[in-house]
This record gives sequence, structure tokens and C-alpha cells, in this order.
Amino acid sequence: MKWDEFFVTGDPLIYGADVSIALTLIGVIFVLTYFKKWKWLWTEWLTTVDHKKLGIMYVMAAVMMLFRGGVDALLMRAQLTVPDAGFLDSTHYNEIFTTHGTIMIIFMAMPFLIGLMNVVIPLQIGARDVAYPFLNAVSFWTFFMGAMLFNISFVIGGSPSAGWTSYVPLAGLELSPSVGQNYYLLGLQIAGIGTLLTGINFLVTILKMRAPGMKLMQMPIFTWSSLITSVIIVFAFPVLTVALALMTFDRLFGSHFFTLMDGGMPMLWANLFWIWGHPEVYIVILPAFGMFSEIISTFARKTLFGYKAMVYSMVVIAGLSFLVWVHHFFTMGAGGAVNSFFSITTMLIAVPTGVKIFNWLFTLYKGRIKFTTAMLWSLAFIPNFVIGGVTGVMLAMAAADYQYHNTYFLVAHFHYVLISGTVYACFAGLHFWYPKMFNHRLNEKLGKWTFWIFVAGFNLCFFPMYFLGLAGMPRRVYTYGAADGWMSLNVLATMGGVLMGIGFLILVYNIYFSFRYSPRETTGDPWDGRTLEWATAAPVPFYNFAHVPEVKGHDAYWIAKKEGRAKEKKPYKPIHMPSNSGVPVIMSTFFFISGFGMVFSWHWMSIAGLIGVLATMVIRSFDYDKGFYVSVEEIEKHEQTTE
Amino acid sequence: MKRIKSMLAFVMFMSVFVLGGCSNLTVLDPKGPVAEQQANLILFSIGLMLFIVVVVFVLFTLILVKYRERKSGPDYEPPDIEGSTFLEIIWTVIPIIILIALAIPTVKTIYALEEPPEATAHKEPVVIHATSVDWKWVFSYPEEDIETVNYIHIPEDRPILFKLASADSMGSFWIPSLGGQEYTMAGMMTELYLQADEPGEYRGRNSNFTGEGFADQVFTVTAETEEDYAEWVEEAQEAPELTQEKYNELMLKGHADEMTFSSTHLEWVNHAMDAEYATKVRNGLPLDEDNSHGSHEDHEDSEDEDHDSHKGHGDHDDHSKSEDKDTHSESH
Repeated sequence: MKWDEFFVTGDPLIYGADVSIALTLIGVIFVLTYFKKWKWLWTEWLTTVDHKKLGIMYVMAAVMMLFRGGVDALLMRAQLTVPDAGFLDSTHYNEIFTTHGTIMIIFMAMPFLIGLMNVVIPLQIGARDVAYPFLNAVSFWTFFMGAMLFNISFVIGGSPSAGWTSYVPLAGLELSPSVGQNYYLLGLQIAGIGTLLTGINFLVTILKMRAPGMKLMQMPIFTWSSLITSVIIVFAFPVLTVALALMTFDRLFGSHFFTLMDGGMPMLWANLFWIWGHPEVYIVILPAFGMFSEIISTFARKTLFGYKAMVYSMVVIAGLSFLVWVHHFFTMGAGGAVNSFFSITTMLIAVPTGVKIFNWLFTLYKGRIKFTTAMLWSLAFIPNFVIGGVTGVMLAMAAADYQYHNTYFLVAHFHYVLISGTVYACFAGLHFWYPKMFNHRLNEKLGKWTFWIFVAGFNLCFFPMYFLGLAGMPRRVYTYGAADGWMSLNVLATMGGVLMGIGFLILVYNIYFSFRYSPRETTGDPWDGRTLEWATAAPVPFYNFAHVPEVKGHDAYWIAKKEGRAKEKKPYKPIHMPSNSGVPVIMSTFFFISGFGMVFSWHWMSIAGLIGVLATMVIRSFDYDKGFYVSVEEIEKHEQTTE
Repeated sequence: MKRIKSMLAFVMFMSVFVLGGCSNLTVLDPKGPVAEQQANLILFSIGLMLFIVVVVFVLFTLILVKYRERKSGPDYEPPDIEGSTFLEIIWTVIPIIILIALAIPTVKTIYALEEPPEATAHKEPVVIHATSVDWKWVFSYPEEDIETVNYIHIPEDRPILFKLASADSMGSFWIPSLGGQEYTMAGMMTELYLQADEPGEYRGRNSNFTGEGFADQVFTVTAETEEDYAEWVEEAQEAPELTQEKYNELMLKGHADEMTFSSTHLEWVNHAMDAEYATKVRNGLPLDEDNSHGSHEDHEDSEDEDHDSHKGHGDHDDHSKSEDKDTHSESH
């Protein structure tokens, strides 16, 4: 292989990216060396098993990925603004929409939510960490290495270009011979390990680690949503793992699971993909629902209306999420009975979702609504998500779907639910729990600027797309002709996209601005919160709670505040905490090396990487470190400084 | 309040723009009974959905205006309301009723679209095999013995039965003016009834992403009167015959101009039964020795499985499978 086959060449955009990646790397290495921060980086971050720090790293990585996916989106919008534009060629455009979709779902939405879950869940249930802190670090680092492996395809070897759904035969070796598709398979496979472990970890954490007195039906609603999400992850992700492995065999070792030749079954891929893929969209929406519930309840100063109905509706949604996958390909000709069945199961999801919408509205009813930035995002979610939801019901009607399928109508629908659901929730949750992560709030004024610009831009970008779909514009076309008559709506959409980009930049500036100028927290309860995370001190000590809190009902901290138990003094006891470990980051690096070798079919490299993975597992197995105890003196010292 | 007003103004401004920009909503301007059924279903559902949207938006606005802190003051302490079984039953039952109202016409239409349109069901449908190949469309009229590339002619007011297949990647056959789409797959056959009610030129395309040349994988549909159609058929039957050599050129990736032939490729391959043909041509692998009978045998072999595998036929010819294995792996 020659060097110009290894590196992507010939495109000024890519050369620009090469230079900026190199400069950033050199800059980071220089800063770390100059300020002698290498040891700090290793002991405080790379080897940490603290759920709060892992959560912060998840969120930071997700914001980076949001930037990458957002740039992809803006490039697409630039190309589609006018007919017959020559800004991007077909191949380049195809790569960009493929990476946009994959990155936004797998490497942005999920890690953002999982990051916030990491920060919040142990605090909400009154625990000192998750059930398996070491495993949690493995989760983060495999996600991170998977994401990096996927991202370097951009400059080394070429990006995948068969869509984030990677439908075969198109994504097979015959029709996509470049290594790009291998990056997709291995990047997702490695990151998928992390997600599956997260599912197991949070399932056990929530079931076993709750503070004394917290019954299942007294858990905060975000904890409930995370529990249900974990169950979905545990059932759905193995399907993706197997499907990715089979396609990897097809592409690397000449098997014929999904090929056209020798009796392969391409349609099996579509089925497997969506048996994972549809639950996946609920994996990224249920935690969002949970966050909105917490935030709406907090800033309406009311307990959640219909708590039980909220819980049951999420359980029903989770169950139905496994029964609707065929609606992604009603047009495959499966026949009337199959399409009718999946139409109806899909429509049924609207019932529990509708219940939730009305319960949120009635949580606001008779409340005292305070329009903080976090609350604004949560409120804007309701009308926008309803638009996305009702068009979802329209798409569920198979006979009509034959006309919507593969068009911008569909694109508009899923952006309406994923952006106003998941992305709004990420922003709302970020503003809401920011004080728990960084011990200061994000600036409200800048936050509101981001909010208004982004929400206006979002609606301007995606609402016209419903009409583009009805006007017959298919998704994934890199250009269209003037005679198609799609230009005016596309111009609107691009304007909206630019506004969203500006909103994002203000958010990034806000992070910097607040870091410099925001007053530090002193109370640990900036919003007059209702759940246990607000009972922790500011900054949150690494052991979270000096005393394990006692729970007497849901909205535990609110009740404690009302009863005057919030600041009780009791004698401390030593606290058992897990030790840091360098194994997760090293193991994941070996995964990365092995994956990179497989991408290029350099088997010596992939085997070496796998041996490394195995070796780190053996080292971990013979590790008898049982953690350490925080002494009473140390706790006292901590509690005095943080009071 | 100011913000809500400015937001409303913005929404109104936007909707004017949007509605101005889309005088040509093809899907809602049907030119045949299939598209018409779908357009009716879509309009009906938009009506019901608008009702829901209005209810939620009105409630939402009223609650936000009435219970914002600036109005109630910082001393107001909201009551804790745990929930209301009565209200929650109401907003469970009403959506269920709405969904039933949607589900009944949906299921009816799903089944109706499996059959030729009711009004013309007594007429013999025109059968056209549509095959997607990267990145072109090949159409075969077996009864008329005509093959065209990237365009078709159809008679008005007569059901057209499209038998869909793909030579390689999965495509989707879509003529928005005449009706919804259906996938084309290699080794499978899907069927789609469409019909044009009036003469005219309609655009058809592949709507399912197939890679580099996807955006231009389009074709034109000319619907005309029975007489004009018969005339076109006669004319087309005078075109040169399609040779297998010529056809194999079409199997290579790339675009093609409009073409007409007076024989069809079904004589030697039916992609609905042979998923491997295009791949073999591209890699220079030997095609089945006795081509004219190959597809026929496949058909018999797979007949037992017809019942459970869609409307299509898998390729289950074990002989060709084992023969190809060695040569195929060499090619990589």
C-alpha cells in the first residue's frame, strides 16, 4: 500500500483538517509538557474511576462530536442550498452524511446522555459511585477509542459512505471496496462494548445501590428513565454486536451472510439493524424524557404530575420499542398483514407518549414557572416534540409511508424528535447539572441567547423539510436540478442550519465565559432542587455523601428540606472507595490498535492488539486491590472546607 | 409575553414563506388512483394531527402565560398535585380513539394497494418488469417483447403491474405523482400496482440510496391514450433486438441514455431469481452455462418456499453455489 492510499489526499478541505489536527495535537502536547501536567492528567483523569469525572469526560467528548457532526451538517446544507451546486462531489457528500448520522447517534447523543447519567444517577440515588467503577472506566474508554477510530477515517483511508444504516449489498465489499466501511464496523463494535457495559452497570447500580428507604416507586424519574434505558441497552446491543460481526466477517474473511453471491441474505441486515436500531432511538429519548421531567418539576416548584403513569408509560414504550422495527422498511413488500401489524404497534407508541406530554403540561399547571435556560429548553421541547410525534404517527401509517419513505419528510420527522427530544435535553441537562460538574453555573444570559437562536434556527431548518418531502425530494441526494423546484425551501433550511451553528458557538463561548467569570457555588443547591444530587456539597466531594442519606418518599431532598433534616450533623464513619486504575485506558488503546489493524486487514497488528487486550484482562483478574478507606479525619477536613 | 408574540410572528412569517415555496407538492397532487388513495389518507391524518397539535399548543400557551413566576409572584407556593386518575384516563382513551380512527383506513388502504385499482380491476394490467442497476433503470415488457432503459410509456386508465427487482444494490422504485414506492432487491420480486388517470409526463426515480450515481438514477414516465400507447409499442418493436453482450454492458456501474430494444433480458436472466448475475458480469465470472433455462430451474427449486418468503424467490440453486465459491474468493 502506498502512502497516498493510506492518507486521504486531493481535497483542500481535508488538507486543512490534517493541518489543524496536527497543530492541535502539538499544542496539547506542548501545553501539557510546559505546565508539567502529564502526571495530573494521568492520575486525575486517565486512570479515574470516579463516575463524576467519567461523566465530565463523556460530555466533553460528546460536545466535540457535536461539533464534528455539526460541521458535517453545515457542509451538507451548503451543498444543497442551490440546485446543481459544485461545492461537494457525490462521493464526498455521501461520506459526510454517513459520518454525520453515525456520529450524531452513536458518538454524540448516547455519550452525552450517558455522561449526564454518570454524573447524576449515583448522586440521585444517594450512592457513592456506580456498582462497578472499574467497568465504568472501561465503558468510557472503549467508547472514546471507538469514536476516535471512526473519526480518523476522515484523514486516513477514507470515510464510510453507505449511510449510517449501512444497508447491504451497498455496504458490502463488492459495492463499497474502500476501507471506510471497515471503520464503521470496528468503530461501532468497540464503542458498543462500552455501551453494553454501561447498560449492565447502571442496571445493577440502580437496583442495588439505592440509599436506604428509597423504594423503586420513590426513585427520581430520571433514575427510572435510566433504569429502563439500561434494560433496553442490555437487550438491544447484543443484536448490533452480532450484526456488525457478521458484516465484518463478510468484508474481511470472505463469508457470505449478507452478500449477493452464494445465497447471502441482504435483507437480514436491515432486519437485524433495526431490531437494534429502533430500541436505540428510545435509548436516546427515554433519558431525555427523564431529564425534562426533573427540570420541569423543579422550575414549576411542583412534584411531577402522575409520577406512576410516567413510569408505566416509559415501561410500555420500552416494550413496544422492540415490536416496531419493520416500520423502517414498510416498502420491502412484506405484505398486508405484516405492514398492518407494524403500523398499529407503531401508532400505539403515541399513546404512552401522549400521556407523558399531558402529564408534563399538568405539572406546569398551577406551578410557579421560572424561565431559566434549562427550563426554556425543556418547555420548547413540548411543542417541537409534538410536531415530531404527530408526523411520526403519519409515518406509521404504512400505506401513506410508501410516499414519505426515503424523503425529506422522514428527515424532518426524525430531526424533530431527535433534536427537540435528545439535543434539547442534552442542553437542558447540561445547564441544569453544570454546577454539579464544574461547581459554577453557565451564564444565563448567554444561555438564553443560545436557546432562542438555536430553537429558531432548528425550526427554520427542519420545518420546510416536511414540505420538501411532500414535493418529492428524496433524502441522501447530493444535488438536485432547478426544474425540481426545491430551491426556496432549501434556502430556508440552510439559513436555519447556520443559525443553529451560531447558537452552538455561543454555547461554547458560554462554557469559556462561565469558567472565567461565573461565581463559584457555595450551597450545592443552586436551583432549590428536589432530588438527592442537590443534597451534596459544593464542590461534590469524591465520595459524594459524607452520610448516606435516608429517603422518605420521592422528591427526597425536597421533603428533607421541608422537614428541616437537610443539614443534620451525625458522626462520620470511614468510607470505602475504589482505587484508580490505568488498565481501562490501556486496554481500550489495545482495542483501538487491534481495530485499526483490522480496518486495513493487517492481521499481525490486529492480533497483537488483541493479545494486548487479553493481557490487560489477565492483569486485571490478578489485581487484588480492594480499594481504600477514607478516614473519619479526612472526611471531617473535607466537610469543613466544603461547607 | 413579548417573546411569545415575537415567536408567533416568526412562525407566521415562516409559514407564509414555506407555503409560498411549495406550490408543487407532488404527493398531494395525485395523477392516479393509487396516489389519490394515499393523498386522501395523508390529508385525513393531517387533519386529525392538526387537532392534537392545536389542543396541546393552546393548553401549553395558556398554562405558561397564567402560571409564570412574574405573574404569580415569588411568594406563591404551588400546591402539590400527585396526579389525577380521571384526567389520565381521558388522555389515554382519547388518543386511542384517534388512533383507531387512523388505523382502520390505514389497514384498508394497505390491503387495497395490494390489488389493482378498483375502478379498472376488470381490465388486464400491463406487466412491466422494472430492474434497478447501478445507476439506471431497465424496463421489460414481456408480453409486448420490448425493453427500455430509463423511460417507460404506459396507457392511461389501465392498471400497470410493476414487477420489481434489482441487479445489485437495493433501490426503491418511486413515481410520486402516481403512487408510493416499493423496494427493488436482487433475488427477490416485489410487486406494485400503479395507474395514471390522465396523459402526461411524470418523473420516476430511485429513492433508496445506492451510492455514487444515486442522485441521477431517474427515469421518465409517459402516460398516454390507449391508441398512442399502441402506436408506441409498434414503433418500439421495430427497434434492434437486445443482445446479451449489450445487456452485460448495462450491468456495469454507470449511467445510461434512454434506449429501446425489441426483446427483453428475461430470456436469459430474471434478477428476481438470480441475485448473482451482475456481480458475475462485473468480475468476469462464468455465467450459468444454460442461461435460457437457468432461471426456470431456480424457479422450480424454490417453489416450496414461495409461501413464506415475501412474494419473491430466493436463489437456492446449490450447484451454482458450490461452483462459484472458489472463483469468487479469488477475485478479492
